[in-house]
Amino acid sequence: MNHNGEINALHGAGGEVADHLLRDLILSRFQDKGLGRIGLHALDDGATINRPDHGEIVFTTDSHVVKPLFFPGGDIGRLAAAGTLNDLAVMGARPLALSLAPVIEEGFPMAQLDRVLQSFHDTLEEVDAALVCGDTKVMPHGDLDGLILNSSGIGVADPAVSDAAFEAGDVVLITGTLGDHGMTILLAREQFDIETALSSDVAPVWPLVERALAVGGVQSMKDPTRGGLAAALNEMARKAHLGITVRESQIPIRDDVRGLSEMLGIPALSVANEGKAVLVVTRDRAEEILGTLRQHPLGADAAIIGEVTTDWPGRVLLETVVGGKRFLDMPLGDPVPRIC
Amino acid sequence: MSRLFSFSDPVRAKRLSEAIQLLAPSRPVRIVHVCGTHEAAIAEHGLRGLLPESVEILEGPGCPVCVTPTPDIDAAVRLAEQGVTVCTFGDMMRVPGTRRTLDEARSTGGDVRTVLSAADAVAIARANPAQDVVFFAVGFETTAPMTAAVAVDNPPGNFSLLVSHKLIPPAMAALLELPNQRIDAYLAPGHVTTVLGTHAYDGLAREYGIPVVVGGFEPLDILYALALTVRQVADGTAHVENAFPRAVSQQGSPAALALLKEVFEVVDGRWRGIGVIPASALLLRPRYVDLDARTRYAIQGDEGQEEIPGCRCSDILTAQAVPTDCPLFAKRCTPLTPVGPCMVGAEGACSIWFRYGGRPDLR
Repeated sequence: MNHNGEINALHGAGGEVADHLLRDLILSRFQDKGLGRIGLHALDDGATINRPDHGEIVFTTDSHVVKPLFFPGGDIGRLAAAGTLNDLAVMGARPLALSLAPVIEEGFPMAQLDRVLQSFHDTLEEVDAALVCGDTKVMPHGDLDGLILNSSGIGVADPAVSDAAFEAGDVVLITGTLGDHGMTILLAREQFDIETALSSDVAPVWPLVERALAVGGVQSMKDPTRGGLAAALNEMARKAHLGITVRESQIPIRDDVRGLSEMLGIPALSVANEGKAVLVVTRDRAEEILGTLRQHPLGADAAIIGEVTTDWPGRVLLETVVGGKRFLDMPLGDPVPRIC
Repeated sequence: MSRLFSFSDPVRAKRLSEAIQLLAPSRPVRIVHVCGTHEAAIAEHGLRGLLPESVEILEGPGCPVCVTPTPDIDAAVRLAEQGVTVCTFGDMMRVPGTRRTLDEARSTGGDVRTVLSAADAVAIARANPAQDVVFFAVGFETTAPMTAAVAVDNPPGNFSLLVSHKLIPPAMAALLELPNQRIDAYLAPGHVTTVLGTHAYDGLAREYGIPVVVGGFEPLDILYALALTVRQVADGTAHVENAFPRAVSQQGSPAALALLKEVFEVVDGRWRGIGVIPASALLLRPRYVDLDARTRYAIQGDEGQEEIPGCRCSDILTAQAVPTDCPLFAKRCTPLTPVGPCMVGAEGACSIWFRYGGRPDLR
């Protein structure tokens, strides 16, 4: 196939041309991993997955859009893979199988699609998960902005971990620095002419989650994606009807993210992360979990940032660096840079 | 410790907080600042919780987009509707005019663009020579020199300015003239004063017998400025003090002041929520008339409609109320469904209080 070409309507029409696309871009790249009797390469209407010996099946889905499609530290392919993998991981599930359904704008460069699929593949390989089924649709030029990736995923948890099964006195951990992805995308999108060494943190967090689960004491987990840490903690506090207090001085934020946040007036705690997890753990295991997280490169900046309380049920309290206190609320929409 | 954190040192913050507790008189003290950046820093760092309960901090007319009068917004909306490219700051987009916002004008096909400076708008004009481009210039002494800088730099013929710049010291004086007003001291804005110099407040302190302390924007800057402020209130003194000497001087920035003087003349100005304040606005001088969008597009200074039923923005802009005094705050009025300008502008007290949790007094 000509990788210099562009996607046209026939690539989504299910005929010979679509078949070429499937073989050249998908089958040549993704291997069957023997998860079931009928896998990707059988090209059947669906795939089968063997029933796990124990534990429960976790199923999730997500549609991924990002502008720009390629950004420092990743692209929409890695974002889609990590996004679905991380939804499984924070449920306590080892990721097994994913689907991938690209919706592509007519005229989209084949070479870019090739790069995106390679990223998706490489990200799955990091946690040994398999692509087992998929679908391709092509939309007329102008009907969408380039590319949308939908991906569903199945994993096995023993048992699954919810995002609100914690108690007062439990300890809140974060697996690394906050705001990296959101600020990277903001910079790439707004073209402020600001040069930084900043890149997205997009990565599968399962290796970290697996370590923490092995220690025990993990009560709840959540990935702080859209809305950042602020949204994740507020969702957890509301569901659990408990308060969460976090200490600003202990929340890891890169200096460049902090600087941009101050300059643009956009809080680092309210922008997305794509390679982090919030863990609420029992106090007696907190230090051990922190230690094991920090031994992994993805968890080098992991930190204990706060605890669960009975004060202000449903709300998140921030103890500021200077010793003040305020609520850290659910962010509203997309943040806008302020005037001066 | 990184430089960014050195102005947030918790040990120094605690010492300053203790100093304020010691210095503050036991009677209620109302300190007004006139700057959204101050309010944002105070709210973000929870500084009110570090002050004695007797000390109250209020934001006055410190939000440039909030005080921009509706006729000016209406004029910008009409320009966008007529096919002119209108460039302005991001938080101006959703401020309600009489009929609609700039954002609404954009959603129905108007070319309205968010820029970070007047220079960005000039760049858009140069890149689109066939298109009329207007920069809707709002803001105080902080942004006005940037507008002046493009005016003297031979902008292209398709570029013009809709000037709605305002001056802070006259507004501080006007607030003190209001009936039933009780302000014990002003915390003056560091960035405005970087341009103006501390002497800009000498008359204010002398004529009204009110302490004016210029403060920076890091938590320690603000706490230090507040310590000096409460000391003056307790001592009964009223002079101008500079608590931000690493950026602010007595004479200000000669270059910026010269630019302002070259390009603008000072005229009476209408402030949304406050009314007309003498000698408080900037107008392009006659020699820059070619750059004036008001002349180029024959913009009439019509009345506009700014009263919003139930909204207490004007009380908040005049430091006579705080956001939680308004029955609409965080109920019908949120940043997603703003009723008044104080909830729209990123520098507006309501928007800031909402963003940082709504309650300022957690201890």
